[in-house]
Amino acid sequence: MLDKLLKIDRRIIFSIIGIVVIIAILFPMGLVVHVSEPVEKIYREIESLSPDSYVFLSFDYDPASMAELDPLALAVIRHCFRKDLKIVSLGLWPQGVLLGQANLEIAAEEYGKEYGIDFANLGYKTGGIVVISGISTNLRDIFPQDYIGNNVDSLPMLDGINNLDPFKLIITFSAGDPGVRHWVMIAQARYGKKIGLGSTAVQAPAFYPYLQANQLVGLAGGMKGAAEYEQLIKIPGLATAGMDAQSLAHLVIVLFIIFGNVIFLLKKRSSSS
Amino acid sequence: MVQIIGIWVASLLTLCIFSFLYKDNPFYKFAEHLFVGVSAGYWAMYSWYNILVPNLGRPLFIEHEFILVIPLILGILMLLRLFPKVGWLSRWPLAFIVGMTSGYYLVTFLQTNALEQARATIIPLNHINNIILIIGVLTGLLYFFFSTRHKGGIGFAARIGRMFLMVAFGASFGYTVMARISLLIGRMYFLLGEWLHII
Amino acid sequence: MKRQIPLLITFIVGIVMVVQYFIPRQPFAGLFDTFNQWFLIIAVFALILGLMNLVRLHVQKLRRMKGGWGYSIILLCGLVGTIFTGALWGIGTGSPFNYVFVNIQQPMGATMFALLAFFIASASFRAFRARNLDATLLLVAAVLVMIGRVTIGALIWNKLPHIAEWIMSYPNMAGQRAIMIGIALGTVSYSLRVILGIERTYLGGE
Repeated sequence: MLDKLLKIDRRIIFSIIGIVVIIAILFPMGLVVHVSEPVEKIYREIESLSPDSYVFLSFDYDPASMAELDPLALAVIRHCFRKDLKIVSLGLWPQGVLLGQANLEIAAEEYGKEYGIDFANLGYKTGGIVVISGISTNLRDIFPQDYIGNNVDSLPMLDGINNLDPFKLIITFSAGDPGVRHWVMIAQARYGKKIGLGSTAVQAPAFYPYLQANQLVGLAGGMKGAAEYEQLIKIPGLATAGMDAQSLAHLVIVLFIIFGNVIFLLKKRSSSS
Repeated sequence: MVQIIGIWVASLLTLCIFSFLYKDNPFYKFAEHLFVGVSAGYWAMYSWYNILVPNLGRPLFIEHEFILVIPLILGILMLLRLFPKVGWLSRWPLAFIVGMTSGYYLVTFLQTNALEQARATIIPLNHINNIILIIGVLTGLLYFFFSTRHKGGIGFAARIGRMFLMVAFGASFGYTVMARISLLIGRMYFLLGEWLHII
Repeated sequence: MKRQIPLLITFIVGIVMVVQYFIPRQPFAGLFDTFNQWFLIIAVFALILGLMNLVRLHVQKLRRMKGGWGYSIILLCGLVGTIFTGALWGIGTGSPFNYVFVNIQQPMGATMFALLAFFIASASFRAFRARNLDATLLLVAAVLVMIGRVTIGALIWNKLPHIAEWIMSYPNMAGQRAIMIGIALGTVSYSLRVILGIERTYLGGE
C-alpha cells in the first residue's frame, strides 16, 4: 500500500498542481501581500530621485523568466515615469531588448512619455561584462545606434551622455549571467554606481551577500518581489493577481513533501520492525 | 484579426509544449524544433542589427576605421573551426576572448566577490544575528578548505559549515519552487485570459 | 604557431586588462577601449559559428534522411522565416519580426520552463526526504521559505514571513557568502593560470 502511494503516477501530481493553479486564478482570494525590506529599498531609492534624473535599466532576461520579471520591470518603469525620470535601457540578453521595450511602451503611453526624449532603448550587445565596462567609460563607442538602428546622436535625451556618470541608479532585471553579477563587479565596484536588483527567484538567494555588503541598494526576487513593488506603487498588476495561485501551489507542494516524508517514515518503521 | 491569429498560434504552441507532461510526442517535438529555429533566427537578426552593422559594418566601411579589420579577421578565423584542416586558427580569436575574460575576472572577482565579502563580514559581535553570520561564513569557508583533513576541531567546524550550506540550499530550493510556479501562473494567465477570456 | 601564438595573445590581452584596472591611463586606457570594441565583434562571430553549426547539423540530418528529419525541416523553416522577416522589415516593435517573437518564441520559451513547475512538484513528493540531519535542515529551511515568502504564510502564522526573511538574511546569506568567496578564489586562481599559460585546456587537443 505504502509502496503504491510512493509510486503514484506522476501525471496525477501534475494534474493536482495544474488544477490548484487554475482554481486559484479563477477564484481569487485577494490575500494581502507583505512588503519586505529589500524590495522597499529599491522603491525608496527611486522615490529619492529628483525629476529628470537619469535611470539605467538593464533587461537581462528572456521569455523563460518573463512571468517573474516582466511585472517587476513594468512596475519599476511606471514608478520612474510617474516621478518624471529619464530611462535609458539595454539588454545583455537579446530577447530582453524587446521584452523591455514592450514594457517601456505600455508605461510610456500611460504617462505620455516619448521615445528619444523621455526614454531610449540602446539594444543588445554580446559580451556581458565587457559591454558594462565599455559603457562605463565610453557609451557611444559601444552603442553608436539604438536598438532599431537610430543614431544615438539623433536621440535628444542622450545629448552629452557619454558614460554611466549621469545615471543616479541602475536597475538590472536579471535571470542569470550575464547580469547582476557583472553589473556589481564593474559598475558598482569600479565606478561606484548604485545598483538595484530585480531577480528571478531561482538566483535571488545567491545575491543576499551583495545586499548585506551594500553592493546592491535593494533586491526584489521573483513574482513575489514584483507583487510587493506593485503594492508599493499602488498599481496592482499581474504579479499581485498571481499571488493567490502562488500561495496555494506552495501549500500543495509543502503538503506533498510532508505526505512523502510521512510515508517514508512509516515504511522505514515497518521495515525495521 | 492578425492579433487574434497570433494569440491562437501562441496558445496552440503553448499546449503543444504542455503535452510533454503526458509523454514525449510529435506535437512537443514540433514545438521544440520550431522554438530552436526561431530562437536562432532571433539571435542572428539581433547580432546583425545590433552589433555587426553599428559596431563593425558602418565604422569600417563608411567611416573607414581600418583598425577594425583586425577583429574582422579574428572573427573570420573563428569560423574556420568548421574546417578541420585549418581549424587550429580559430584558437587565435578564442585566445583573445579567453584572455579578456580572464583579465576581467582576475581583478573583479577578487575585489567584488572575495575582498568585499570578507570586509562585509567584519562586523561587531554585538548581536546574535551578527554572530550567526560570522560563524556561518567562517565555518562554511572551512568546509571548502581541503588542504587539511576534516578531523577534530576543524572537522566539527566544517560540520557546522555544512549545516549552514544546507540551510542555504534549502532556501534556494524554496525560491526555485517559487520561480517555477510563477512561470506556470504566467502561462495559465495567458491561456485563461488572453486566449479563452475566462478571466 | 598552433599553441604559442594563442598563448601569447591570451597573455598580452590578459595582462593589459589587469594593468588597466590599476593604471587607467594611456596607453592602457586606449587599449582597454579598443579591446572592448574588438571583443563585441569577435564574440558575435562565435554566435555565427554556433548558428552555422546548427544549420550544418540539420542539413546533414536531412541529406541522410536520419530519424526525425522532418523536425529538421521545421527547425530550418523557423530559422529562415525569422531571419527573412527581420531582414525585410526590420526588428522594431510592430514589425513582423516582433510578431514572430511575441506569438511564437515568447510563448514557447515561457512554457518550456513552466513545465518545470510540474516536475519540481513531483520531485518534492518523491525525493525530498528527511533522511539525516543535513537533509532535515535543508527540508525545514525550504518549507519555511516556501510558506513564509507567500501571502498565505502570514495567514497561517503572522511570524512566518519574518522567519523566512531571517533565514534569507542570515543563515542563507552566510552560506551563500561562503560559496561566493570560494568560487571567487577559484576563479581568480584559474584566471591567473590561464593568463600565465599554465592552464591550456581551452586550446583543445594537438
